Amino acid sequence: MAGAPRGASRNPSHPARAGWSFVKPSVIPGFGLTFGYTILYLSLIVLIPIAGLFLKAATTPLEQIIKIATSPRTLKALEVSFGSSLIAALVNVVFGIIVAWVLVRYKFPGRRLLDAIVDLPFALPTAVAGIALSTLYAPKGWVGSLFSDKGPLWQWWHGQTWLPFGLSEFSLNFKIAYTPTGIVIALIFIGLPFVVRTVQPVLEEFEQELEEAAATLGANRWQTITSVILPRLTPALLTGFALAFARAVGEYGSVIFIAGNLPNISEIAPVLIVIKLEEFDQAGAAVIAGIMLVIAFVMLLVINLIQAWARRRFGNV
Amino acid sequence: MDIRVDTVRKEFSHYPALNDVSLDIRSSELIALLGPSGSGKTTLLRLIAGLEMPTAGRIFFGDEDASSKTVQERNVGFVFQAYALFRNMTVLDNISFGLKVRPRSTRPPKAEIRRRAMELLDLVQLSGLEKRFPQQLSGGQRQRVALARALAIEPRVLLLDEPFGALDAQVRKELRKWLREIHDRTGHTTVFVTHDQEEALELADRLVVMSQGKIEQVGTPDDVYDRPNSPFVFSFIGESSSMPVTVENHELWVGGRAIGLPAPNDAVGEANLFFRPHDVELVEDGAALAGVVAASRRVGGTRRVELEIGGNPNRVEIDLPFDHPAGEKTRIAFRPKRWRVFPQA
Repeated sequence: MAGAPRGASRNPSHPARAGWSFVKPSVIPGFGLTFGYTILYLSLIVLIPIAGLFLKAATTPLEQIIKIATSPRTLKALEVSFGSSLIAALVNVVFGIIVAWVLVRYKFPGRRLLDAIVDLPFALPTAVAGIALSTLYAPKGWVGSLFSDKGPLWQWWHGQTWLPFGLSEFSLNFKIAYTPTGIVIALIFIGLPFVVRTVQPVLEEFEQELEEAAATLGANRWQTITSVILPRLTPALLTGFALAFARAVGEYGSVIFIAGNLPNISEIAPVLIVIKLEEFDQAGAAVIAGIMLVIAFVMLLVINLIQAWARRRFGNV
Repeated sequence: MDIRVDTVRKEFSHYPALNDVSLDIRSSELIALLGPSGSGKTTLLRLIAGLEMPTAGRIFFGDEDASSKTVQERNVGFVFQAYALFRNMTVLDNISFGLKVRPRSTRPPKAEIRRRAMELLDLVQLSGLEKRFPQQLSGGQRQRVALARALAIEPRVLLLDEPFGALDAQVRKELRKWLREIHDRTGHTTVFVTHDQEEALELADRLVVMSQGKIEQVGTPDDVYDRPNSPFVFSFIGESSSMPVTVENHELWVGGRAIGLPAPNDAVGEANLFFRPHDVELVEDGAALAGVVAASRRVGGTRRVELEIGGNPNRVEIDLPFDHPAGEKTRIAFRPKRWRVFPQA
């Protein structure tokens, strides 16, 4: 062929440089088929619906968009959505590590059962979870009553005579369900499996020799955990965090039961979108959904960049 | 630092990995624990380090009872077969880790830590690589970093668990020589575990041969090679040939014929004769071991001949120079120059 190998490709010691190509030589063919399928699939399922959303939002006049986007109710709903998702994902990171650690490191009766329970939030209809959680955490529920007005916690707090004046006057009275706290609890529930399932395999592969090496060098347990174990888990933790966060931002079913959905207090953005739709304000719904998508996309992108950095830094695990 | 292992026993779920082992390690000595896998050599090393606690018995560092101390308190340098480097840290951070984690009262200032780490990097001949990460180094370089890291804490004893096991033959030989140099220069009491007898014979001041949770023999490499005290040591260290013999009238007999070797003591009965295949002399006449050549192949500079003696199906191997005329014969008579006789168990 006329335009065959040129330049560096003539050097037999660098056959791989023969030219830039989409495909690495492989014994399994099928680049065209699989790539085509991927594009088609992503288009039908993800890209076209999202593009439609943005088209719909774009038909709205700009002042209208700005007005919807900056209305206090929208801003508050976005704040509640992203704020509680962030808190829930962070809580899941901390407790996810502990759960994964227990499942990997210790052999105890019922370990397999516990392992299976971790996946339950995936399988349970989220509405069921929401109803169960709100029943439990309502002021009259099993857990909620512990924290409610004149409940056991309140009694204990006011029985403490050693507390300085002022502190004991502070009324210890938490309402969990029907407040933003309830939202966080629901989001923790649905995000739990992500961190556990991403950290678990990394912990399983973790060489215990590294801990032993740190110990022989004089490091105490805390130093070993912070400077040897956690850095190795970082890439997996970031993945788990991103997944739990993304899932929480999009959650609807469980939150609506426990949140109370009070505008400007415990109303999440997805609920606001549904309300807009029920009011036949499709443009408003599209605008809020578009803003959510952009924020979520930017945040996931940032997490991915941190992750790429961590993988380079801490080695691919 | 002397180390004394005093009747130490270690059981893993009722299976004894070490059976009342006692051992004295002298200060500044380079000592090898040698044995097949499952002999308890790594367990003994980990017990000295404090990574395992003995079921019974005690371990002394000098006069001080170390058995109840934790790993952190024992101040030992440990080098693992798989390096166990921290891959989230640069080479320099790996080496200075042991100094950085010290409590503030005993931690040297930052500049001092850096200076010492750089000095060690120089000692292990890796100057200029301090900013690399472990995964950017070759296996041999990684193991040298691991050694520098262990030396940084000025350990009372240096323990190495099959340090060259994961390296290829060429690098292994190089590092072996180099470890000897480092040891001679720094003078740390050093214990290393290996299953490679060549490594142990070349490197160690003394060998500890272990088998099935027990120490079989302790001695200099020459001692252990020339005067093995059990059939196990004889066949485990170096090449060996063995055959059943009968001891009677202060002589060794095979198939009713005296073979010209005197019995070592007054014991009589069935026994096993052990000798080195290369340590034999061919004889033309007189009492000797005579056998039919069953197979013969050249191995480098020698010819290894398998003989069938007295119709015994277990062949006996001897080594001849590859160009020796006897290699062409069908029948060879020989006498071992050095040998040992162990009564049959």
